Amino acid sequence: MPIVARDVRVARGDATLLVHVDLTIPADQRTFILGPNGSGKSTLLRVLHGLQRPTAGEVLWGDTAMHPPGQAMVFQRPVMLRRSAAANVRYALALSGVHGAEAERRIDEALGEVGLRHLRGRAARALSGGEQQRLALARAWSLAPEVLFLDEPTASLDPTATRAVEDIVRDIHARGTTIVMTTHNLAQAKRLADSIVFLHRGRVTEHTPADEFFRAPRSPEAQTLLEGERL
Amino acid sequence: MSTFSESLLVAVGLIVHLDPHLVGIVLLSLRVSLTATLVAALIGLPLGAWIAVSRFPGRDALIAVLNAMMGLPPVVVGLVIYLLLSRAGPLGSWGLLFTPTAMVIAQTVLITPILAALSRQIIADAWSEYREQLTSLGATPFGGALTLLWDTRYSLGTVLLAGFGRAIAEVGAVIIVGGNIDGVTRVMTTTIALETSKGDLPLALGLGTILIALTLILNLAAQVTKSWARARFG
Repeated sequence: MPIVARDVRVARGDATLLVHVDLTIPADQRTFILGPNGSGKSTLLRVLHGLQRPTAGEVLWGDTAMHPPGQAMVFQRPVMLRRSAAANVRYALALSGVHGAEAERRIDEALGEVGLRHLRGRAARALSGGEQQRLALARAWSLAPEVLFLDEPTASLDPTATRAVEDIVRDIHARGTTIVMTTHNLAQAKRLADSIVFLHRGRVTEHTPADEFFRAPRSPEAQTLLEGERL
Repeated sequence: MSTFSESLLVAVGLIVHLDPHLVGIVLLSLRVSLTATLVAALIGLPLGAWIAVSRFPGRDALIAVLNAMMGLPPVVVGLVIYLLLSRAGPLGSWGLLFTPTAMVIAQTVLITPILAALSRQIIADAWSEYREQLTSLGATPFGGALTLLWDTRYSLGTVLLAGFGRAIAEVGAVIIVGGNIDGVTRVMTTTIALETSKGDLPLALGLGTILIALTLILNLAAQVTKSWARARFG
């Protein structure tokens, strides 16, 4: 089901973070939200995920206004509980009502998918940054979400760990999960995105297929950003 | 010989001879203060966690009051509990005055605000770090608070030690509600106060040395446990 943002506005104090955003994010695609710092990318992602309530407007899931379960989010800095890697996945599963043998099966599968099965008993907070982010992806994977939101998941990772995260995102998408992701890494967007939403000062200046966006961006703001990257 | 070296000899002598009278006093001290810490933890930690994650009118005022109550004067707490438990008081029919239970109540009242205020701060800091992730996973604030109580267990362990330290070291409250009755409600601090007033300074200081040593041993044990658990469980 597509995610539809209808005339969404977000204000905090005097600052307007999002200015009437109308957006339809199609199901099963990999949609990337790009834009300079402070353009409202993270805010948009949180509103779509339901973490933040818009000041005005609404976010629809197909035709319904309710946020159903079946969504997961991976943050820039993964937050791990002080328990083992496997127990962190188990915690997420328990919150969505999956217990017992089915939970153990999913934990094993998810840790295997991200290549962390051998570290399942290790304290999650003792893992490296890249491993923690992969564990965060395993946690999301285990929930088998319809939509996975990722907020700059590779911003603080080295190139190898970044590649690993990108491969996992590809795998999760291949299983039929809709991907909505923000990044500052244009090369990464080029590698992974099906379509690009470009934000500038809280407005969507364009929403175009990725190949078209990188060949010939329509909005002047996006052109400026792409030119800056080429320098 | 100076009072200090003499008192050290007295302390060593007391320990070596394992005087049953002294052992009784030490055990009562530990029993009263450990029980008070346990009861205060059962009240204070959930209270601190709840205040940390919930939002309601008057919350800031409540936090200020709670923080201020960390400095409750033990004599005043003792006096209030005394009035409540005395025969003419509202709880006089319980017949608890001058019993170890009264001492547990007084120390619990004294340290519950400490445990609640410190755990609130620790859990509030953790909540600002975890909130988005836990909410995203579908945790309610109540469930999140329980998760954080467990996840901040090492810091909360230090909070418990602070509460216990305050309880076992205070004299003002237990001497009023306990009455310092030999063999019934006499604990280490009240014995020290008594021996000091009687002029037996070496004995008083010797007992003080044992009290400090006990507290040190308990904190060392807690530190070792914490290091081991941190290495094992992260």
